[in-house]
Amino acid sequence: MRIRVENLTKRFGSFAAVDGVSFEVDDGSLVALLGPSGSGKSTLLRILAGLESADSGSVWFDDEAATDLHARVRGVGFVFQHYALFRHLTVAQNIGFGLSVRGVDKAVIARKVKELLSLTGLTGLDERYPTQLSGGQRQRVALARALAPEPKLLLLDEPFGAVDAKVREELRQWLRRLHDEVGVTSIFVTHDQEEAFAVADRVLVFHRGKVEQNGTPMDILDRPETEFVARFVGEVNVFPAKLQGDIATTGALSARISGNVPVGPAHLVVRAYDLKLWREDPGIATVQRIVTFGDRVRVQAEVDGAGPIVAFFPRRSSLLRGIEPGCRAQIEVTTARAYPAAGSSLFPAAIPG
Amino acid sequence: MPNEAPSLSLPPSAVSSPKTREVPSLRTQRLGRNLLIAGAALYLLIVLVAPLAGLGIELFKMGLIEPLRSLTEPNALAALRMSLVLTALSVVINAVVGTILALAIVRHRFPLRSIVNALADLPLAVSPVMVGLSFLLLFGREGWFIGALDYFDIKVVFAFGGLLLGTLFVALPYTVREVVYVLEELGTSEEEAAATLGAAPAQIFFRVTLPNIRYALGYGVLMTMARSLGEFGAVLVLGGSISGQTQTATTFIHDAIDERAVGSAYGMAVLLALFSIGLLLALEWAKKSGKVKR
Repeated sequence: MRIRVENLTKRFGSFAAVDGVSFEVDDGSLVALLGPSGSGKSTLLRILAGLESADSGSVWFDDEAATDLHARVRGVGFVFQHYALFRHLTVAQNIGFGLSVRGVDKAVIARKVKELLSLTGLTGLDERYPTQLSGGQRQRVALARALAPEPKLLLLDEPFGAVDAKVREELRQWLRRLHDEVGVTSIFVTHDQEEAFAVADRVLVFHRGKVEQNGTPMDILDRPETEFVARFVGEVNVFPAKLQGDIATTGALSARISGNVPVGPAHLVVRAYDLKLWREDPGIATVQRIVTFGDRVRVQAEVDGAGPIVAFFPRRSSLLRGIEPGCRAQIEVTTARAYPAAGSSLFPAAIPG
Repeated sequence: MPNEAPSLSLPPSAVSSPKTREVPSLRTQRLGRNLLIAGAALYLLIVLVAPLAGLGIELFKMGLIEPLRSLTEPNALAALRMSLVLTALSVVINAVVGTILALAIVRHRFPLRSIVNALADLPLAVSPVMVGLSFLLLFGREGWFIGALDYFDIKVVFAFGGLLLGTLFVALPYTVREVVYVLEELGTSEEEAAATLGAAPAQIFFRVTLPNIRYALGYGVLMTMARSLGEFGAVLVLGGSISGQTQTATTFIHDAIDERAVGSAYGMAVLLALFSIGLLLALEWAKKSGKVKR
């Protein structure tokens, strides 16, 4: 199903949770709504499901107005963050619920449930109760339950937020395969960029109730349109900078800007993996701290006249040779972007750790 | 660097043991705890167990035959039947109204919601005798609504209606409280899930909400039963304890004591006590099942 959202707004008191949002979702695609908590992405998802009503704006399903449709008749499957499984029903009864309330024949339900159990790898667990399942299993029951009535749209609210890291990775890959197999148009909400990029065809970055950028994962990563997007995705260095043509300068550091070059005061944004740093005297910076995270090394240095900078390297990178706290280093920025400094502070409030 | 290490540990004065204040030994502490527990147990013995045991011993001395025979008198039977009918009605009405009230209090935001919430607890706070008196003010001979009641030929005071009103009032909070508590804990996501799966409001209630509150509701019903069966003040004032008409099991005991018919009083009291013990066991069972399934 094709989804169109036009100028959607939802206020809670004076707080605009969703603020004039418009976008389209192609039939059969898998889209991520990515943003920090409180950015309005979950509220938008609940409006799409009919669990919340918008104050203004409209929602269209395949060019049919869906704005005022009750959740019951939308034909939308919803997977809740904490699963919301019916605790008094077995796995099979949970999955069959959506068919059972429609008065579907028992034999048909049993067949459908069996099919979904095998699709979700839950065969043999049909008589269990939700409390007897692991987090990952509950998540899959919730998905199977949402898929049973064959929804035209599948919505998932932080689908992997409540399971541990290893299970999360498995579930991600599994969700992607499942989507390719079933082909139902799906939208999921996440605050985890890795999850959005690993699973989705398109990513909508949310900030303060607005869509900051709508693009493919590569667009978001390589061509962030706003400073918020650039800073939200991955670890970045931000400096107030002077621009001369497409060269930005801050203290002893200078970099060539790719993409739009703003006019007036600007912020230079450099990803931690978009720079080279090697031992050199005199160089332009002093190395301060080196931390190893398994396969990566994080180097923190103080750039003369510009302040701290962070760089990531592969563990065995030849650039790291001779690097130690206190040594001098040269820095070369490989890719950088710049954004107008006006209207954005150096330290935006809503970036979760 | 080893020469920097000492600065990390606390200076000796900061970790000195509190020598100045005497700390009791573990043995003394254990003794103190056991004394407290023994005190509480003694209290329970005097306040709860002793009266029940006294009742049992008296009955044993008297023999079972006379008290039991006295219960087969028409007046005793009528009082017993009255109590059972009142309890049954109170349970059904309070379960239905209580569930609706609880749903309204937890799930809906309406003006005066907090006042309604507080009002649901009112019967716990006021004396039933006072409640009886207020109903007399409304429905009695001199009452505000007596004109309307006479017009429709309805009798409340010294009639079944009055007994029922009093019983309903005192037993109202139990179902509401239990169900409100569980509903708040449940949240709404299961109901929302049911809605997105295509369930109609009635289906959501009977297939999701009701099964989830069933133990709380059961607990509330048992409490309502116990409270309704034991109600005395309100039914005495409103019903007048007319033998064979508006007498209940409790007012029967009261009147029997007045008339020095000790056997009848004991018989009825023992019967009520047996009911209570049954209810207590059922409550324990409900508590346990509720915990396991939740």
